[in-house]
Amino acid sequence: MATVEHSDGMLATAPDGGVRRRDFINIAAVSAAGVGAAATLYPLINQMNPAADTLALASIEVDVSAIQPGQAIKTIFRKQPLFVRHLTPAEIQAANAVSTGELRDPQTLAERTQEGKAEWLVTMGVCTHLGCVPLGAAEGENKGAFGGYFCPCHGSHYDTAGRIRKGPAPKNLEVPAYKFASDTVITVGEVA
Amino acid sequence: MSFPWAEPYQPKNGLTRWFDERLPLPRLVYGAIGGGYPVPRNLNYFWNFGVLAGLALTVQIVTGIILAMHYVPYGDAAFLSVERIMRDVPQGWLLRYAHANGASFFFMVTYIHIFRGLYYGSYKAPRELVWMLGLVILLLMMATAFMGYVLPWGQMSFWGAKVITGLFGAIPFVGEPVQQWLLGGFAPDQPTLNRFFSLHYLLPFVIAGVIVLHIWALHIPGSSNPTGVEVKSAQDTIPFHPFYTAKDGFGVGVFMLLFALLTFYAPNYLGHADNYIPANPLSTPAHIVPEWYFWPFYAILRAFTVDFILPAKLWGVIAMFAAILLLFFLPWIDRSPVRSGNYRPRFRQFFWILILDLLVLGYVGGQPAEEPFVMISQLATIYYFAHFLIILPILSAVERTLPLPNSISESVLHGEDKEAAPADLSGLRPAAAE
Amino acid sequence: MVRLIAFLVGLGFVVVAGWSLGNGVVAYATQPQEESVEHRFHLSPKHVDFSFNGPFGKYDRQQLQRGFQVFKEVCASCHSLSLVAFRNLEEIGYNEAEVKAISNQWQIEVPSVDPKTGEASTRKGTPADHFPSPYLNEVAARAANNNALPPDLSLITKARHDGPAYVYSLLTGYRNPPADLPADSRPGEGLHYNPYFANLNIAMPPPLTGDGQVTYADGTKPTQDQVAKDISAFLAWTAEPRLENRHRAGLAVVLFLLFATVLSYLAYQNVWHTAKRKVRHTGPLDPENMAKRDAANREAGVNL
Repeated sequence: MATVEHSDGMLATAPDGGVRRRDFINIAAVSAAGVGAAATLYPLINQMNPAADTLALASIEVDVSAIQPGQAIKTIFRKQPLFVRHLTPAEIQAANAVSTGELRDPQTLAERTQEGKAEWLVTMGVCTHLGCVPLGAAEGENKGAFGGYFCPCHGSHYDTAGRIRKGPAPKNLEVPAYKFASDTVITVGEVA
Repeated sequence: MSFPWAEPYQPKNGLTRWFDERLPLPRLVYGAIGGGYPVPRNLNYFWNFGVLAGLALTVQIVTGIILAMHYVPYGDAAFLSVERIMRDVPQGWLLRYAHANGASFFFMVTYIHIFRGLYYGSYKAPRELVWMLGLVILLLMMATAFMGYVLPWGQMSFWGAKVITGLFGAIPFVGEPVQQWLLGGFAPDQPTLNRFFSLHYLLPFVIAGVIVLHIWALHIPGSSNPTGVEVKSAQDTIPFHPFYTAKDGFGVGVFMLLFALLTFYAPNYLGHADNYIPANPLSTPAHIVPEWYFWPFYAILRAFTVDFILPAKLWGVIAMFAAILLLFFLPWIDRSPVRSGNYRPRFRQFFWILILDLLVLGYVGGQPAEEPFVMISQLATIYYFAHFLIILPILSAVERTLPLPNSISESVLHGEDKEAAPADLSGLRPAAAE
Repeated sequence: MVRLIAFLVGLGFVVVAGWSLGNGVVAYATQPQEESVEHRFHLSPKHVDFSFNGPFGKYDRQQLQRGFQVFKEVCASCHSLSLVAFRNLEEIGYNEAEVKAISNQWQIEVPSVDPKTGEASTRKGTPADHFPSPYLNEVAARAANNNALPPDLSLITKARHDGPAYVYSLLTGYRNPPADLPADSRPGEGLHYNPYFANLNIAMPPPLTGDGQVTYADGTKPTQDQVAKDISAFLAWTAEPRLENRHRAGLAVVLFLLFATVLSYLAYQNVWHTAKRKVRHTGPLDPENMAKRDAANREAGVNL
C-alpha cells in the first residue's frame, strides 16, 4: 500500500547510501525540539533551590559580649542550631593536651577557631552522626565524658574543642564559616 | 484499530520486543499516535488543536505542580506566597506567568477545537461520545480555572468566588445551604481557599483521565476530516506518524511562539489589575469581571434582567448552564446527514453568525452592566439559543446541501494546493448554491 | 422528538430573553440617559515614556535610586512597601554596605520582641527585613489619616490600569475642581479633587508640593514633574522587579522558537512531500472521477 512506502520514505537513505539533505532537516528539527525541552527543564529544576528570601538569612550576626567564660549560647543559623562557646583557659588547655594522632577526625583547637580568638568555639549544634542536637550548650546539661557536648540520641561524646571522641559520630562538629565583625560581634555565614 | 489496513506493530529490536511481550505499551502508543493509526490525509490546520490542547494541559499540570511547592493556601499568606514566587523563588515569575497565561491558551485552543467540531460536524454519528466527553472536559476545565483564579486571594479572586458561588444561591429552596456548603462558611474564607486548592490540584488529573476516554472513543471510528466523508479505502488515509506528528510539531512551534510572546512580553494583559490587591471582604471592586474565557457565559448570565414567572437571577443561572448543556444534545438536534459545513451553504452562513455572536457576547461580558451593553447581550443571547435550538433543527430538515465528493482522496486532489490552508470556505466547493 | 423539545426550549429562552430586551429597550427609550459624573470628569492616565516600556525596556538604575529617595523622603511616612526587602535595593545599584546602612538607619524600626522582657518592641532593620510599615495596623493607619487608608505601594503599579503612568498622572493631576462639577461630587472636608482618581476625590493631600522638594545627589533637577516620574519608575520596579530578567529571557526564547518553528515547518513540508507526490498518480485524479464531480456540480446548479 502506498501509505507504507511513505512512512519508509522518511527514513530511506539516498541511493549513494549517505543521509540525504531532506533527512538532515528532519533530524535538525527533532534535535531543536530536544534542545528546547532540555532548556525548559532548567527553570523547572532550578526553582527548587533556596529562594532569595531564604538566602538572605544565610548570614547572621551574633553578639557574644554577654557570654561569660565557661558559658555557651544556642542560636539559629540557616534554620539549624549554632553553638557559640566561650572556653575557659582550663578547657583550652584540655583541648590542646590531646594529641591529634589519637583522634578519629584529627584537628587541633587552633584549626577550629580563629587566630587570636582561641577562646571562642563556634560550631553547628548538629551531631555528625544522624543530625540530633547535642547537649552541653545550656547550663546544667550533660557535657559528656570529655566536658564538651554529648549527643543523647546515640551516645556521641565531643570534647571541649567540639571534636568527636567516643560514640558513633564520624566527624567533629562542623565549624561554619564566620568572622569577627568586631571584638564582640561575629558574622556567621561569611568567610573571614 | 478500526481500519483493516492499519500497519500492525512490529518491534524494531529485541528490547522493544521483550517489553511489548510483557507490557504492550509500545503497541498501544504505536496504534494510538504512531504509524499504526491511519488518519484521513486531508486534515487541515484546525485538526492541530486537539494536540495543542493536550500540550496546554501538560504545561498547566507541570507548572501547577511546581507552583504548589511554593504556594500556601492560607488566608493572607496565600497572596504573599504568590508574591514570594514572583520575587524570591528562582524563575518563579516565569512559572507563575506561564501558569496564568497557560490557562488562557488552554481555553483559546480548546475553543478553536470546539468551533472546528461545530463547523465540520465532528459531533455527528458515530462520534457523539467523542463530542460529549469533550464537553465534559470543557466543564471540568471551567471548574478548574475558576477555582485556580481564587487561589492568589486577590480582590478578583475573592469577589469572583463570592459571585459565582452566589449563582448557586439562586436555586429555589436549597440555594442558600448549597452555597454555604460550597464555601464552607457564609463568605469565601479559609475553608473555601483550602478546598479550592485541593480540587484545583485534583481536577486536572480527572481531565487527563477523560482525555484518555475522549481519544479512545475517537480511535474507534477514526478522525473526521474537512469533507466529512468517511474513510473508504487505504488511499484516503496516511499514517499518523510521521505525517501528522510532523504537522503537529509545526503547530506546537507556532503555539509555543505565541505563548512565549504573551508570557514574556504581556503577562498581565489578559489578567485584571484588581487581582494585585489583596482580598478585602469589606470593599467590592468597581467592576467585577471573570477571566476572558468566561465572558460569553457571563454575558448570558447578566442578560436576564426582568422577572418572568421565575426570578431574573434564576433565569440567568439556568440560561448560563443551558448554554453549555444544550451542546450535549447537538448530535440529535442537528440531523443533517452531511457533516462538513463545506457542503452546507446555509449552515455555514449561520455558523459564522454564531462565531460573530459569541465574539459579541464575549465583548459585552467584559463590559460593565450598563446600557447599551445589556441590550446587546440580550440580542446576542437570543441568537445563541435560537441558533442551536431553533435554527439548527429546522435547517437540518430543510437545507439543500451540496454534492459530496466520492471519497477523501478525490477531494484532496481537487483542493490539493490548499491542503495546508485553514478551513477553506470557497476553494474546495463553491459557496452558495443559488 | 429531541428536535421538537429543543425547539420548544429554545423558544422559551428566546421569549424570556426577548422580554428582558423589550423591557430594556422601553426603559432606554423612555428614561433620559444620565451620564455619570465619573464618566464625564474622569481622565485616563497621561502618556509617559518610561525606559522600561516596550519589549526591550530596562530600568534606569539612576532613576530608580532617585525614586527610592522620593519614596524615603515623601511617601514612606504614610505608605508601607511591605513586599519589598531592603536587600532588594542591591538590584537597583546600591552595594551591600549601602544597603546595610539604609536598613540600619531606616526611619521606622522593625517590630520585634524585647529579648529580656518578651514585650513587643522594635529593633533596627537588617538587609533581610522587609520595609517596615509606618502604622501598627489598619486601625492605626486610618486613625492617623482622617479614616482613609494609605495603600501599600509594593504592587500599586500592577494593581492599577496602566500603573506607572497612573501614579505619575495622579501625583501631577491635583487641581481645583471645575466650575461645572455637580455639588455632590465636590471634594468634601479632607478630600482633594483629582480627575485621575477613580471617584475624582482623593483623601491623599498633594504629596508633591513643588520643584526642589527633594535634593538629588546625581545632579538631576528635581522638578515636580521629574520627581513624579522617578517615584513612578521606582514603584514600577517594586511591583515587577523581575521585568529585566523577563525581557532578556523572552528574547532568547522567542528567537529560539522562531528558529525551531521554521525548522519544524521545513521538516513538515519535507515529510509530506513524498505523500503528495504519490497521490497524484492514484485514482482520484483520474479524468473519469473529475468528470463525475463536475457533472454532480452542474446537477446541483453550482457554477465552478
